[in-house]
Amino acid sequence: MSFWPLDNYWAHFAVFATVILAFVVIGVMAFIYVERRGFGPFQLRRGPNRAGPFGVLQPIADAIKVLLKEDIVPAGADRAVHFLAPVVVFLPVLLIFAVVPFHGKLGGLIPNLNIGILYVVAVSALGVVGLFMAGWGSNNKYSLISAMRVVAAMISYEMPLVLSIIGVVVIVGSLSMNDIVTGHQVPFFLLTPLGFLIFLASSMAEINRGPFDLLEADSEIVAGFHIEYSGMKFAMFYLAEYGHALAMSAIAATVFLKGWVGPADDYLGGLWFVAKTLLIFVLLIWFRITFPRLRIDQLMGFAWKFLFPAALINLLVIGIEEVAFDGDIPWWVLFINFAVAGGLILAWSKLFKLGGGRVEVAV
Amino acid sequence: MRFERYGKGLAKGLNITLKHVFRPRITTQYPEQKLTVSKRFRGYELVWDKSRCTGCATCAKSCPQGNIEIVTSRGSDNRYVVEKFEVDTGRCIFCGLCVESCPYDALFLGLDYERASYRRGDLVLSKEQLELGPGKRRSGYFRPEVESTLPRQTLLLDTAGRKKQD
Repeated sequence: MSFWPLDNYWAHFAVFATVILAFVVIGVMAFIYVERRGFGPFQLRRGPNRAGPFGVLQPIADAIKVLLKEDIVPAGADRAVHFLAPVVVFLPVLLIFAVVPFHGKLGGLIPNLNIGILYVVAVSALGVVGLFMAGWGSNNKYSLISAMRVVAAMISYEMPLVLSIIGVVVIVGSLSMNDIVTGHQVPFFLLTPLGFLIFLASSMAEINRGPFDLLEADSEIVAGFHIEYSGMKFAMFYLAEYGHALAMSAIAATVFLKGWVGPADDYLGGLWFVAKTLLIFVLLIWFRITFPRLRIDQLMGFAWKFLFPAALINLLVIGIEEVAFDGDIPWWVLFINFAVAGGLILAWSKLFKLGGGRVEVAV
Repeated sequence: MRFERYGKGLAKGLNITLKHVFRPRITTQYPEQKLTVSKRFRGYELVWDKSRCTGCATCAKSCPQGNIEIVTSRGSDNRYVVEKFEVDTGRCIFCGLCVESCPYDALFLGLDYERASYRRGDLVLSKEQLELGPGKRRSGYFRPEVESTLPRQTLLLDTAGRKKQD
């Protein structure tokens, strides 16, 4: 540890616990603003622009509004579960950031944790417990349907998500987040393009947004698991939704975009990290606004018949390369990987069939 | 070989949404910018031309709501003087029958639409509030002579990037 206050373990803990809390809360506010504002141009409108300059105070205004609203607990609800659910949903977001390196080698709470990425994968799956608690505790059929969908999607998409990360881990040879950031001179979204695409798709499903937002499919199940939530608890769900997006963007930026590494990263490392996180999030906004929502059978089929085998083969190819080059993969392997990715996507699209209902559309 | 099913369709969709980002916005920033309403707009008020009104109360009789209250007295030159002319716009259905029935073309629908108020009582418009004056704009509804003087309706704002609407 380089400079004085952080030499002490407790000072280090205090500083970074504060940083993480501030980063998550401000980041979530910023993401809400960026998404609502970013949807504007895609839909030929402007987005919120009344509260403050360019509407930057809109999330704060919304937060104040929602905090002042009445908190209603439905009759017949499991009160304890109903009360705890928003907390359980939001907690993993904070936990994930414990191992995310913000800046340089030591710019994080425990960025050198030797099982870093495993910890991330384990903790990020905790949110589903909260969502299921919300669905169950609300005593509402729609929230229960939504909760079942969340669990189904989460279990299915955890598999390709982890496999796509394992591809990176195989190349790096370490589970630590910092080793992954500095693991290879080529960013992993170029070195393992298929892994990156699989990670993006399954993380979108994991955080239940974009085309995979079946759990709050308004036209089918009203609002999903948070129908019966209002006031501050609803605000917690709203925060958690964007918090998970923030966490997944940060993980994607760290694992696939080399996190804090960039020109002059001795000083600007934190900025690079934030910029890359934001870039991933803008990509997610773009996907969300473009693609229509999947049906539940399409969701399951996409996970198990497309992403899962593709992720397995991606892992196999990376493993073969790793053995062939004796653990030191040169940069030009990315061309091979791009070819493999293209070929796999073509082949799997050809083979991809959904049970019976699929009709070939002539274009 | 068509690639629509091999990921090209997704890329096409992304391209379409991206193109939208660079198109001009179609929203009107309402309190600052306003669109021109239809020439025959049935606005949220009536406009009453005092000089043409004879106090015959045909409008009151034609009103399906019984909403127009008109009280007249006998003036000095043997003509009706309108003492009271009240319309409860809260009950008015803006059917325009009063305007159509007026034998002296003294009643018009208005072009104004910003008459929201905090109390129902404020919706009852008195003679003075209805009277044709400088701030009052008459709608062309059932009044072709007014219609010909009004500007064309705009459905979108004329912004710099957009083709001007004629």
